[in-house]
Amino acid sequence: MAKLAGMEIAFAAAEAVALCRPDVIAAYPITPNTHIPEHLSDIVAEGRLDAEFICTESEHSAMSACCGASGTGARAFTASSSQGLLYMGEIIPIVSAMRFPIVMALGNRANSGPINIWNDHSDIMSQRDMGWMAIFAANGQEVVDMMIQAFKIAEHRDVMLPIFVNLDGFQLTHMVEPIFFPTQAQVDKFLPEYKPYAALHPDNVVSMGSLGMPDIFNEFKKAQDEAMINSKKVILEVWKDWEKAFGRKYEPVMSYKTKGADVLLLTMGSMTETASVAVDEMREKGMSVGLLDMKLWRPFPSEELKKAVKGAKVLVVMDRAVSYGGPAGPVCAEVKSLLYGEPNAPVITNYIIGLGGRDVTVEDFVKMTEKSIKAKKEKPEKAYEIYGARGS
Amino acid sequence: MMNIVENFDVYAPRLVDKEEFYAPGHRACGGCGEALAIRLMCKALGRDTVVTNATGCMEVTACMYPTTAWTLPWIHVAFPNSASVGAGVESGLKALRRKGKIADRYVKTVSIGGDGGTVDIGFQALSGAMERGHDMLYVCLDNEAYMNTGIQRSGATPFGASTSTAPAGEESFGKKAWKKNVTEIILAHNVPYVATACTSYPLDFMNKVKKARNIKGPTYIHCLAPCPTGWRLPMEHCIKIGRLSLETGVFPLYEVENGKYRITVDMPEPLRPVTDYLKPQGRFRHLTPEKIEEIQARVQMEYNKLMNKVDSLQSWEELA
Ligand SMILES: Cc1ncc(C[n+]2csc(CCOP(=O)(O)OP(=O)(O)O)c2C)c(N)n1
Ligand code: SF4
Repeated sequence: MAKLAGMEIAFAAAEAVALCRPDVIAAYPITPNTHIPEHLSDIVAEGRLDAEFICTESEHSAMSACCGASGTGARAFTASSSQGLLYMGEIIPIVSAMRFPIVMALGNRANSGPINIWNDHSDIMSQRDMGWMAIFAANGQEVVDMMIQAFKIAEHRDVMLPIFVNLDGFQLTHMVEPIFFPTQAQVDKFLPEYKPYAALHPDNVVSMGSLGMPDIFNEFKKAQDEAMINSKKVILEVWKDWEKAFGRKYEPVMSYKTKGADVLLLTMGSMTETASVAVDEMREKGMSVGLLDMKLWRPFPSEELKKAVKGAKVLVVMDRAVSYGGPAGPVCAEVKSLLYGEPNAPVITNYIIGLGGRDVTVEDFVKMTEKSIKAKKEKPEKAYEIYGARGS
Repeated sequence: MMNIVENFDVYAPRLVDKEEFYAPGHRACGGCGEALAIRLMCKALGRDTVVTNATGCMEVTACMYPTTAWTLPWIHVAFPNSASVGAGVESGLKALRRKGKIADRYVKTVSIGGDGGTVDIGFQALSGAMERGHDMLYVCLDNEAYMNTGIQRSGATPFGASTSTAPAGEESFGKKAWKKNVTEIILAHNVPYVATACTSYPLDFMNKVKKARNIKGPTYIHCLAPCPTGWRLPMEHCIKIGRLSLETGVFPLYEVENGKYRITVDMPEPLRPVTDYLKPQGRFRHLTPEKIEEIQARVQMEYNKLMNKVDSLQSWEELA
């Protein structure tokens, strides 16, 4: 049976990955995900996991080694954050184009500079259009669950795309939480062995990574986009399977106290937990407020989101990254483009919060909500606000 | 007598594999040394091989989708990472074989890259792979510039060569730095087998590839592969110019097994003057007699350094 253990979430993530029996782990340390590969190296050293652990000389090589390993048909895993992800940046779009189902635990951290090791979502947002699927965990349990789901989703024949499992740096990576662990037998049952479509072996010769001339490039990109769009079906299936096997429900957009709510907050990652406390408080005060937690970022959960905001008068979108000079934060810009032209679309406000580990309190969520309700009447001056920044 | 056909018994032409693992139909220029190097290398490697390739001439000319010149399993990911992709391939094959998920048969991982992808942008990945001791062979196809992007200088471009980013002109004589000696740098990683090779000495090259293939652990071969296009040479001079590189002492062929140096192709005594090598090549056309003198002195000194090592260095076993 599943067992409950109090554990640092990064360690728990590593334990979850080990349950998936990866063949190759290649990683390079960067705070705050470091404990994940560190603990995996321990697990391999103890003989609890039969895998090749490659301690590469850089993230660029870690991602490259994952490519090589995945090319042979091995199940490959890596973890990174911020500059590490950016250093992999050259290889990131190649992985998805080559349809390698590599899983990455991304311990979200602000991109430098100034150098800052704490959490925001600027790392993942910088890689938004690189063809990787992306899911966001809100707590330790979700990190563990999603790590296992991620392999199953990525390796599905109809998908074959790499995936980011986002977990907020420190807020999640370094927290100790009670977590239910599935047993090895349960995971073995849930996650089938990875059967590659093609593999680098002399018994069945292939050339991988060809040159795509202009007369064929479009078609490659279209195929990639279709695979990404179609992956949602598989994600939903895998989440259903998970619910059946373990009783915990996952949906692209999770709702909390949204029934009949006039105002909806939209969050991603660990701030969901704080926002839910704020919603509780506001509900107690009689405010008609609910919360949407976006677990799926790529592919974008368009239908689910449209459905989730139906009937709401105000939608407060929280972004944890800046799109400098853009029309809104990266999440909000997409939400707005989705809802443009929808009948009775809510008024949308956008706050960029929690940059570089800046605390976001329950009180902040209440204030943002109150401001947004006002904005419904008085047209907001700006499309977005970097909330709580001194001088604004 | 030059022993250019050393080990003729092993590589008598009729014993060389007739199968082409790098098939006709690639799009490299006529007379391309790198393409020839790959063809020879593959014959020496044989069927049970996986190749990783850095971006460069040998990638873009061989695999224009949906065609491929490769009949060995082959992967290209990017420019700087042939060695780290190779490290992943080697690890993947090892894990899958150990777990019984693929046939229990030894398959060699071989990574190749041009000189740019090896000595410059890919050097970190190469150094890391060699340091970690992956069971793989790395072959640098050295045509002494970034040819794929139009003959820009690389760390392996020789002193005085005119390239598109180190051009000769009123105020310049071409590349100002000397060629980076990556073979020696890799040797400092304590890898068990390192060698230089040249496409003009095919049997020597194939012997070295064969030897490296049979060594468990990281091995490195630096193969000088003349590029008629970038060296400004008629294409039929490709083989001849490689021979001249050896005969003038510019690119001696040697191997280092467990620390022990050995010259594998005899050099003339005395060496031919470097002008014999420089003259036919358009990239050195502008050099003044003073510059050629400078090159001559440097070549002699490097040659003496090498011979000093050949004469005095013992193998690790002897030193243990
Ligand atoms: C990160 C990156 N920078 C630059 C390039 C452009 N580029 C492609 S191949 C190449 C040069 C290749 O030179 P070399 O490795 O010597 O191989 P050759 O073409 O001479 O065989 C360059 C600069 C690239 N593909 N990737
Ligand atoms: S430019 Fe040189 S290396 Fe490139 S294909 Fe032509 S001859 Fe070969």
